[in-house]
Amino acid sequence: MLKIENLHAEIDGKEILKGLSLEVNAGEVHAIMGPNGAGKSTLAYVLGGRPGYEVTQGSVTFNGKDLMDLEPHERAAAGMFLGFQYPVEIPGVSNVQFLREALNSQRKARGEEPLTGGEFLKLAKEKAGLLKLDMEMLKRNVNVGFSGGEKKRNEMVQMGILDPAFAVLDETDSGLDIDALKVVGEGINAIMRKPDKAVLLITHYQRLLDYVQPDFVHILSAGRIVKTGGADLAKKLEDEGYDEVMAA
Amino acid sequence: MTTMPTTRDEAWRYSDIAAVQKLGAAALDQWEEITLAAGETKRQCMIVGDEAPELHRIRIKAGEGARAELFVVIVGNDYARVEVETELATGAHFEFGGVTIGGGDAVREFVTRTTHDLPEATSNQVVRAVHWGEATGNFLGAINVGRGGQRTDAGQDFKALVLEKGATANAKPELEIFADDVKCAHGAAIGQMDEMARYYMASRGISPDLAKKLLVRAFIADALAALEDEGEAERLLEAALDVLDDAGDRIA
Repeated sequence: MLKIENLHAEIDGKEILKGLSLEVNAGEVHAIMGPNGAGKSTLAYVLGGRPGYEVTQGSVTFNGKDLMDLEPHERAAAGMFLGFQYPVEIPGVSNVQFLREALNSQRKARGEEPLTGGEFLKLAKEKAGLLKLDMEMLKRNVNVGFSGGEKKRNEMVQMGILDPAFAVLDETDSGLDIDALKVVGEGINAIMRKPDKAVLLITHYQRLLDYVQPDFVHILSAGRIVKTGGADLAKKLEDEGYDEVMAA
Repeated sequence: MTTMPTTRDEAWRYSDIAAVQKLGAAALDQWEEITLAAGETKRQCMIVGDEAPELHRIRIKAGEGARAELFVVIVGNDYARVEVETELATGAHFEFGGVTIGGGDAVREFVTRTTHDLPEATSNQVVRAVHWGEATGNFLGAINVGRGGQRTDAGQDFKALVLEKGATANAKPELEIFADDVKCAHGAAIGQMDEMARYYMASRGISPDLAKKLLVRAFIADALAALEDEGEAERLLEAALDVLDDAGDRIA
């Protein structure tokens, strides 16, 4: 589904990703862990096409297409979703309006009929229920006045509504209390644990991986993947720390 | 006969004097008078602006406890000025919402003078300006509270969104207060499009053009928030957003 080869990327002339390669197939959940400054969020933003993140070398193909040829909104329509570490507040635009415009933009790009207001609300209600987010929150302006945990749950509600084939989740677990972590973990499983979907989970901690079992765990350090293993690698990291595991 | 103003006159400081001269002195003498009897409510909504300079001068006299509401969007391609002088009797209220939007090199401006000479009158003015190209949006708002204007509550809020380098916004609040028990608030901010919000929208599948439209809509909607007639509010909003649509890809 996603194939990254020898990816080099920089911000403001500073190289952050230095030859990263990774392949994610349908039905798989990959976790990327790594110390601060390793390039985890940069990887997420490069995949999401954030302006200012420049790819200088290497390639990324998504379902056979060159991802770098697609604008951010075209990547979304092609089935990619980026869960933000810091979801953005948009005053004056309600969640419902935002998501309906987003979903119908994607549907239009794929040549599908737009959902009516009623159809959309039914879908939104179902996904908000899955993440235990009050429907009233969806009527409020996008992320405005939301707590850190509510913002992250809202990201997952958005993912549920947009129903992507591939999700890059950038530290979705940060800012969540123990109960919310469980809800979000189960939400990710319900939405994305399917044979035709895949997830790239970027995290600092092992705790989210208790709920979302990864098939592969990669350690990212200084812009490259330096070690790959199974779910047990995350546990080992939690016990021994990055220095120890990477030195081994 | 009115003499022609110059930019040395405070209320014409940022105006396009050449355009005013084209209109001629006769236009300066034309005032639309709106009078509200005690307790009366009147609302006026206007879409102003075309291919030629326009000047609208409005004088509002609101009687005791009356409520005057004025909502204006300036959407034309040439100089447009809407000037409003309001006199409020005891307990009267003036609600003003204004939007200037557009590109080119035109000046679009609101100039208000609100007089609180009697007690307990209130006024609220919200103006939003969205400009690109080499356009200018102005809001000059004077609030005069006389000695008799005790317990006045007056507010002015101006925000401008400058979409391109080269566009300008000028805010000039002018508060003159001679009473001691008064609330007068004013705020002004000039900024650019929130690119992070735009990227966030793009990441969900919303095209840059649609994102821009949604953000501008949210921005100018503040000026029409007090307009309770939803149909009218929508009509004014759409007129403003049509200007943005027409500009299309020419602005980033």
